Amino acid sequence: MDILELFSYDFFMHALLAAILMSVTCGIIGTYIVSRRMVFISGGITHASFGGVGLGYFLGFPPLAGAAVFAIIAALATENLTRRKILRNDSIIAIMWSLGMAMGIIFVYLTPGYAPNLMSFLFGSIITVSAQDLWLMFALALVVSTFFAIFYRPILYVSFDEQFAKSRGIPVMLFNYMLIILVALTIVMSIRIAGIILVLSVLTIPQNIANLFTNRFDKILIASVILGFLASFLGLIVSYYLNIPSGATIIFTLVVIYLAARVVKVVTFGSK
Amino acid sequence: MKSPLVQISNLDAGYQGNVVLSNVSLSVMEHDFIGIIGPNGGGKTTLLKILMGIMKPLKGEVSYFIQRSEIGYLPQGNQVDAQFPITVREVVASGLDYRIGLKRPSGGAHKKQLDSILGKVGLEDLQTRSIGELSGGELQRTMVARAIVSSPRLLVLDEPDTHVDNRFELELYGLLRELNESMTILLVSHDIGTISPYIKTIACVNRDLHYHASNEISEEQLKVYNCPIEIITHGTVPHRVMKTHNQ
Repeated sequence: MDILELFSYDFFMHALLAAILMSVTCGIIGTYIVSRRMVFISGGITHASFGGVGLGYFLGFPPLAGAAVFAIIAALATENLTRRKILRNDSIIAIMWSLGMAMGIIFVYLTPGYAPNLMSFLFGSIITVSAQDLWLMFALALVVSTFFAIFYRPILYVSFDEQFAKSRGIPVMLFNYMLIILVALTIVMSIRIAGIILVLSVLTIPQNIANLFTNRFDKILIASVILGFLASFLGLIVSYYLNIPSGATIIFTLVVIYLAARVVKVVTFGSK
Repeated sequence: MKSPLVQISNLDAGYQGNVVLSNVSLSVMEHDFIGIIGPNGGGKTTLLKILMGIMKPLKGEVSYFIQRSEIGYLPQGNQVDAQFPITVREVVASGLDYRIGLKRPSGGAHKKQLDSILGKVGLEDLQTRSIGELSGGELQRTMVARAIVSSPRLLVLDEPDTHVDNRFELELYGLLRELNESMTILLVSHDIGTISPYIKTIACVNRDLHYHASNEISEEQLKVYNCPIEIITHGTVPHRVMKTHNQ
């Protein structure tokens, strides 16, 4: 089939829009996560959300809504327990991570019948994105980009040096909590596309590709949005023609771009 | 008559039931250059954190006779991530912004101020670099610039001489002496020998605080002040050997 013909299909246009919206949100939030070394925390939040997916199936409400509630609870609990030094940070994350997965499995097991979409929550499915999903993704992309546009400098300062930011009268804790909630929501919206197992890669690989060439927060952010979209678009087309899962193909494309970028860097700038 | 900029009275401070400072009082007078000394874990950094509003005291209070935005701060050096993607200029600019969004300095004045400070600490050629590309001394210079960029009336420094070489240490103390003409300085150091020629008064902090209105202190006085630190004298940097009491 001709590539242009693809654009006449609703499912493809939906997938394309989803890729654009996800790239914007994940490009921004991923830059925050990577810069602040919060990748492992994000992994914990991602897997904790599976508990909400299971509860959604069990009680018959939208699994994604359950995932959002679980992700936000896990995010706030991790932040709070770490601050108060109640548990070691990495231990809290591991507990949230496995507790969420355990609850998810128990609820899915207790739900009568077969849970048909379970695989799409684990590995994502960009080609089954609905119009309603797109509106939600649009709203989140709008909130995240507006928040970062207005508060770019305080976000940068709080991320770099909390103590100093606090001494300059910036409400550090308020920013920390608002940002971790945005991280949780971004993860949940991206689960629809990349799945619980793969979502971390769309939040970290574009940033690390950009980071090979620039060490500036704003440039990493913008480059990540573009790279994320490029990889999603290419991955989408390749997955269509080879008839393989789209989420996994997008991740694979990102890794290929990363390796190519490394080669380009070594060739142009020498080793390292 | 000099006036106090900040007054700490009958302060208790600590972490989770563990009292680090007990019944501490200190008046920071205008134009003073106070060297805060004391053993590790004695509460020096805690005192500064309370002063900067980063930590809340358990008891007692801090009265400010200047705006909180008029205090410049250099936190202890090892807290930031040197890999964080931020440029030298962005770091220094963060010292100018106070309560972002509410009180933002105007663009032109902001830029001028930044340029002048970057020149003063010799970072104008490095300003677009990200901090990961700096040496330890250059990073510390950036942090010092961030602390002084707002022309604060009170400058609070927590061990500015760690991780820097002797040459920068000298430059730094020369700069501080110059700054002391227009601003009051409160400096924590583990090295009384080096700072002695520059400071005007000494505060010994070890759970309690003893203020010593001179820059010379003997081992005996340190003992009385309950301040078990070693007095180090340096041969390679200009210094003054401190008087000792006849035994």
